[in-house]
Amino acid sequence: MRTALIVLRKDLLLELRGFETLPAMVLFSIATFVIFHFGLNRPTIDGQLAAAVLTVTLLFAAMLGINRLFVAEREQGGFDAFLLAPVDRTALLVAKASALFIFLVVLEVIAVPAFALFLLGPPIGRVLPGLVLVLLLGNVALSVIGTLVSAIAVHTRARDLIGPIIGLPLLIPALIGTARGVGPLLAPHASGSPPAKWLAILALYDLVFALLSYAVFDFLLED
Amino acid sequence: MDQPPAIELRGLVRQFGERTALRNVSVRVPTGATLAVLGHNGAGKSTLLRILATLLRPHEGEVVVLGEPLPRRAFAVRGQLGLLAHEPLLYRDLSGRENLQYHARLHGATPERVEAVLAAVGMERRAEEPVRQLSRGMVQRLAVARAVLHEPKLLLLDEPRANLDPAASELVEPLIGRTAGVTRVLTSHDPRAALAEADLVLALRQGRAAYVGDPAQLDSGKLAELYG
Amino acid sequence: MSTYGRGLRGLSLATIATISLALVLVFFYAPLDADQGFIQKIFYIHVPLAIVSLCGFIFGGVLAIGHLRTGDRRWDLRSYVAIHMALIFGVGALITGSIWAKASWGHWWVWNEPTLVSFLIVVLLFATYQPLRFAIEDPMLQARYASVFAVIAGAFVPLNFLAVRLAQQYVHPRVLTLTGGNLPGSMRLTFLISLLGITLLYATLWKYEMAAKNARMQVRRLRRALLGDDAVPAFGRSAAPS
Repeated sequence: MRTALIVLRKDLLLELRGFETLPAMVLFSIATFVIFHFGLNRPTIDGQLAAAVLTVTLLFAAMLGINRLFVAEREQGGFDAFLLAPVDRTALLVAKASALFIFLVVLEVIAVPAFALFLLGPPIGRVLPGLVLVLLLGNVALSVIGTLVSAIAVHTRARDLIGPIIGLPLLIPALIGTARGVGPLLAPHASGSPPAKWLAILALYDLVFALLSYAVFDFLLED
Repeated sequence: MDQPPAIELRGLVRQFGERTALRNVSVRVPTGATLAVLGHNGAGKSTLLRILATLLRPHEGEVVVLGEPLPRRAFAVRGQLGLLAHEPLLYRDLSGRENLQYHARLHGATPERVEAVLAAVGMERRAEEPVRQLSRGMVQRLAVARAVLHEPKLLLLDEPRANLDPAASELVEPLIGRTAGVTRVLTSHDPRAALAEADLVLALRQGRAAYVGDPAQLDSGKLAELYG
Repeated sequence: MSTYGRGLRGLSLATIATISLALVLVFFYAPLDADQGFIQKIFYIHVPLAIVSLCGFIFGGVLAIGHLRTGDRRWDLRSYVAIHMALIFGVGALITGSIWAKASWGHWWVWNEPTLVSFLIVVLLFATYQPLRFAIEDPMLQARYASVFAVIAGAFVPLNFLAVRLAQQYVHPRVLTLTGGNLPGSMRLTFLISLLGITLLYATLWKYEMAAKNARMQVRRLRRALLGDDAVPAFGRSAAPS
């Protein structure tokens, strides 16, 4: 997928230059953790509650990224530039989803330690590998659905609204999977391995929607 | 000429919702010729160009570009088209060079070619600056560079000399002017300038082909009718 | 295009007959449930509404595939009608489900019935179908994007049910036995007749709306052909295919 790499490289370069989306996602997450701390009024949280706070915060931070995904294309005529090129058009889906995935990983590298610092009771070190696995699977879901929904939203009038409205219901199974997968890991005296059933659900969800998105994406770009 | 025509349109129809933008447009453009598309704003000029650029699908009729029927074979012909549109199609946060490198990679052009076109449009010294800092004339020059980067056989030029001062206009002439083997389709707000360069004229009026033929036969009376 | 109108009267009569029969069976034939009493009978409406609604959503997705493959916008119209009918039935299922929950467990909404919860999520998703359509002005683009959405959302339905079912930790008594698995004979018969009735109702309404929309489009086309473009005012923004 050479084309996907070309587009991805351009997108990462643009983000490095503009440097708006990623900082916003990080700041939003940290601010949300602080708000949760005051809202819940407990010294620490653990278990399923902690998993819920983490998952929901990451989800809404992802929404920020999703809304910005096609902004440069839309505003600076980038779509035409891509559509004129003799390349496979689904590479755009792969590139954008990869970009979003990378943003989410970078976000989590900062946000998860912040979460452990501000809110979490039990130590996170031992469960880190399991946590990383669940979050990565969740990121794939967010990236694929996010790109799809963002592409759908490009041609609509209420751009910033349509994305979340459509994306959130679609993401509910993935969210359930992520939150339930992480929950046991954040409990006091956790075992360190995420429940297999949720990993399976997340993997299945990722696979199905990745394939589906790949199949329909072309229809979104034609005119 | 035994060569097949570069462009062949037969009964082209294109709608936008309930509005018909192009109605039964037919024209044949031989290879290497220059077609001038004239008409009011909203007559359908840009739509026609976008269909030729494979950005829009025809709704009815036949469109054959460089021997390939569209939209079925659009992917085969895309690499040989160059579009200069209203939008420069450049990312404002990237530099001129980075933009051209992106396009070059997508089209399979070499880095040396990027440097060559940058020099040809006189932008080699300011190629490192982000596009948002450049004047409109410079942006247009970069847009021209982008359009010809991959040495297309068919140039689609929508108001090519917009924002260009005479010196810049002269600079880009060898790139988008008449070139052997390169077919051109151009539109312009100044019909006389377009006519001067044209081998063939297609005049659109409310989406219909009001006149197709020799530019010499298009007298000022008819012109006034089209633009008046 | 009068294909939708054909057979409509026969279908309508069949629907009315079946539903009447179902009502008779519900009130006079099916036994009274020992635990829940009379209110349990709402199950005979609620479950068929839910089943038909879900099938309607998937049906809409399949029709949308037809649109994407052929580019023929009549498929999009069929898909649109299928989905928005299914949504209406779905809301009906949610309301009747809520009434039943209140009667059975004392709450208007319960989270530990996975089928109800999954159903809510699906309805939430498809509720965005019309706003999406409305937000895209160009009709061809609107049709295409709506079809893409319908396909994705249709595939979502089974996945969603799986995920939510697994998320329930309670071994809740399976009140909703979808295929009448462990229903006693008389209840099963009543249920099946109700299901048939609701299915026929859906089919009738679908056909009816297709016929109405087609007729309207034909009239517009004729007027445009006979009186010229200007005689027919443009639609303006609309969520429905045109």
